[in-house]
Amino acid sequence: MKDFARLIERLAFTPGRNAKLTILSHYFQTTPDPDRGYALAVLTGGLNLRQVSPSLLKRLAAERVDAQLFRLSYDFVGDLAETIALLWPGETLENSEVSVTEAVRLLRETGKLALPGIITDLLDRLTPSERLAFLKLPTGNLRVGVSARLARTALAMGTLRSVDEIEEIWHGLTPPYAPLFVWLRGGPAPAVFEAPFRPVMLSTPVTPEELSAFDPADYLAEWKWDGIRVQAVTEGDNRRLYSRTGEEIGASFPEIIEAMSFQGAVDGELLIRRGDQVAPFSDLQKRLGRKQVSARMLQSHPATLRLYDLLIWQGEDLRPLPLDARRERLETASFYSDRIDLSPLLPFQSWNDLAGLRAAPHAPVIEGVMIKRRDSPYLAGRPRGPWFKWKRDPMVVDAVLLYAQAGHGKRSGFYSDFTFGLWEDADLVPVGKAYFGFTDEELRDLDRFVRKHTTQRFGPVRQLAPELVVEVAFEGLNPSPRHKSGLAMRFPRISRIRWDKPASEADRLQTLREML
Amino acid sequence: MTMRAEEIIYPTEAGLYCAPGDFHIDPLRPVPRALVTHGHSDHARPGHGAVMATRQTLDIMAIRYGEDFTASRQIAGGPTQIGDVTVSFHPAGHVLGSAQILITPDRGKAKGAPRILISGDYCRTPNPCCAPWEPVACDVFITEATFGLPVFRHPDPLAEAGRLIASMAEFPERPHLVGTYALGKAQRVIALARAAGHHGPIAIHGALKRLCDYHIEQGIDLGPLVSATDPGEAQLVLAPPSAFASPWVQRFRDPVLSYASGWMTVRARARQRGVELPLVISDHVDWPQLTRTIRELSPEEVWITHGTEDGLMRWCELEGIPARPLRLIGYEDEPE
Repeated sequence: MKDFARLIERLAFTPGRNAKLTILSHYFQTTPDPDRGYALAVLTGGLNLRQVSPSLLKRLAAERVDAQLFRLSYDFVGDLAETIALLWPGETLENSEVSVTEAVRLLRETGKLALPGIITDLLDRLTPSERLAFLKLPTGNLRVGVSARLARTALAMGTLRSVDEIEEIWHGLTPPYAPLFVWLRGGPAPAVFEAPFRPVMLSTPVTPEELSAFDPADYLAEWKWDGIRVQAVTEGDNRRLYSRTGEEIGASFPEIIEAMSFQGAVDGELLIRRGDQVAPFSDLQKRLGRKQVSARMLQSHPATLRLYDLLIWQGEDLRPLPLDARRERLETASFYSDRIDLSPLLPFQSWNDLAGLRAAPHAPVIEGVMIKRRDSPYLAGRPRGPWFKWKRDPMVVDAVLLYAQAGHGKRSGFYSDFTFGLWEDADLVPVGKAYFGFTDEELRDLDRFVRKHTTQRFGPVRQLAPELVVEVAFEGLNPSPRHKSGLAMRFPRISRIRWDKPASEADRLQTLREML
Repeated sequence: MTMRAEEIIYPTEAGLYCAPGDFHIDPLRPVPRALVTHGHSDHARPGHGAVMATRQTLDIMAIRYGEDFTASRQIAGGPTQIGDVTVSFHPAGHVLGSAQILITPDRGKAKGAPRILISGDYCRTPNPCCAPWEPVACDVFITEATFGLPVFRHPDPLAEAGRLIASMAEFPERPHLVGTYALGKAQRVIALARAAGHHGPIAIHGALKRLCDYHIEQGIDLGPLVSATDPGEAQLVLAPPSAFASPWVQRFRDPVLSYASGWMTVRARARQRGVELPLVISDHVDWPQLTRTIRELSPEEVWITHGTEDGLMRWCELEGIPARPLRLIGYEDEPE
């Protein structure tokens, strides 16, 4: 568990993606089976471990530590698992190594009654940093900033396989993945279970100038829906609904699972649709991440699938076929459900025609158009060229910079994380945060501005004199009770710095509300 | 008549005051006569009429504040009579020159009066940069409690240095910038890096130079040091933590920011600092050392100067040891 604890600790404090990859890759290369497999499963969320409640942890701590000393410590540290990891009394025995595998096995197999005793015993045998790693296991959230994709990317580094090859079989594997590690070094392909997730094909952004170099006749176009990209797979009796990253989300959408009476793997958009009316993204958001869905929610927020591609159909892998051929198969396929329809093709002769459609979509839930090359096979990942997204122009507001915080890694020492606000009466209300959108040169200018205009410091955060206006571009707005402004922007970034504009002429919060 | 400890020594606005000796200990503002435990700037301040301290602490004060930092210097030797008390200095293991101060009232005037030990800041983990802490028998123990909660159990500092060296090997292209205070921590981290097997040049920020030079003069081997403005091949760079927030840090490409402090035990503290590699290296006693010291000295009373005194107060209560906080203000959490 020592190596695993060190891994978790390093990842938790390492902000840079490349540095995280280096750390992970070294870990996978130097750790034996099955420990590395279980660590991989923990990082990719592939383990179903017995939950350990905060109240149980507190009870166990109370048996060992004076209540007042515990409370003082918890107040100081701020995190329950960390407090217990640090103050658990007793000297750790030097030769009491507990492996990740053993910890995982105990958390999987121990019955509820025996659980407190097992946890106490393990805490006695572990060092403080190991205790923290161990206690984070059953909470299911390591908070180390590693996505499943990033973990698999690191897995591929220095092996004979690419991350795409790993993703192709990933969802058919189970921990601790011993056959996978054999295959990575050139061994035979591992056996996979039914209805696995296939890695999706992603698009790249495009500009009108870039488009003009291409012949419109070579492309199909569809609306770009503001829902969730999903892959629905039925093989045999197995029906699975996956998010774009391969997380299973079927439990949140039972009506979709029920509607999947086909045999195959389809690619499409998950949308809330009432009759012909597709609801905005915020309606869909209410359905996400729920373990159980109430009958009322199923009624008021009905989920539907709008398909645009066919990957596997009745056992046949269609991905090598050109898009034209896949589309034809899609249009002739039968789905026997009014919850499943097709994303229509857009009629256009020239890029100008398409520009006209893009400028005036018939529904607000459309966020642009997708442009796909007719002869393109279905490729994993984000190849540049065959698929483009041509998004509606972003929304913009002129906001005032209010706070700044220093960045990490390549941005160490530069103030690069900004909070900005809009006017309401005579006050500036914070409406969002932006970390990117500016060039390196602009970053240096912003950094200089921050240093010269700091009015107060709160730890690492600097409050700024409200003088600098920035144009903030964003992709959408949602109502949000968690934000003081009542609004949450999607993908906000600083698109221009308005050195010329006085702060008093920045936009009002009301302007933003009206965009909703 | 027996003099009580509270009459011999008590807090005043200028700091801890010894009445029968008419002097202050680590005073916060200029006083006629000061006894100074160690050279950190919140304990050792300029402008006193007379200063008594170890030779090294006096040297360090002169380096920091100039030769005229006080009108009169007195090097602490053996037991010394001051007014109606005898004082003696004993190694504290905190930084170079650091001392605990024992005050013994004269028997004639205050028969049976208690011996009072002022710990200053102290540490019991071996440190090649200073003399080790010594136990001193006393009746009243006046202790710091910087890390006065059971969550603070500092790991082996050599293992922490090992983590630094491992990170440098894992990221050979990235300079490693370690935040260290100029007196004590900087030299300790250098010595630990050497002990962990790093023999190449180490770059130091200009603010660390004079005190590193002084340690070398005192016979402490720090190995090859170069200036951080021209680090050459040096992958390890030491700087005062304040440098991380200044444009100075911008000269390094994609650095790994690190910070060596006992506070790095707590993740939220490490995050606040924005460091990528927190190193738990402390020049203070941790909770086990603190409580062990009180048990071993077995004083009749414990007074707590500064730190997280609530935790230590509670521990003393559980152990049945009379304790009280002095709530001295003006000392930093983990001073320079």
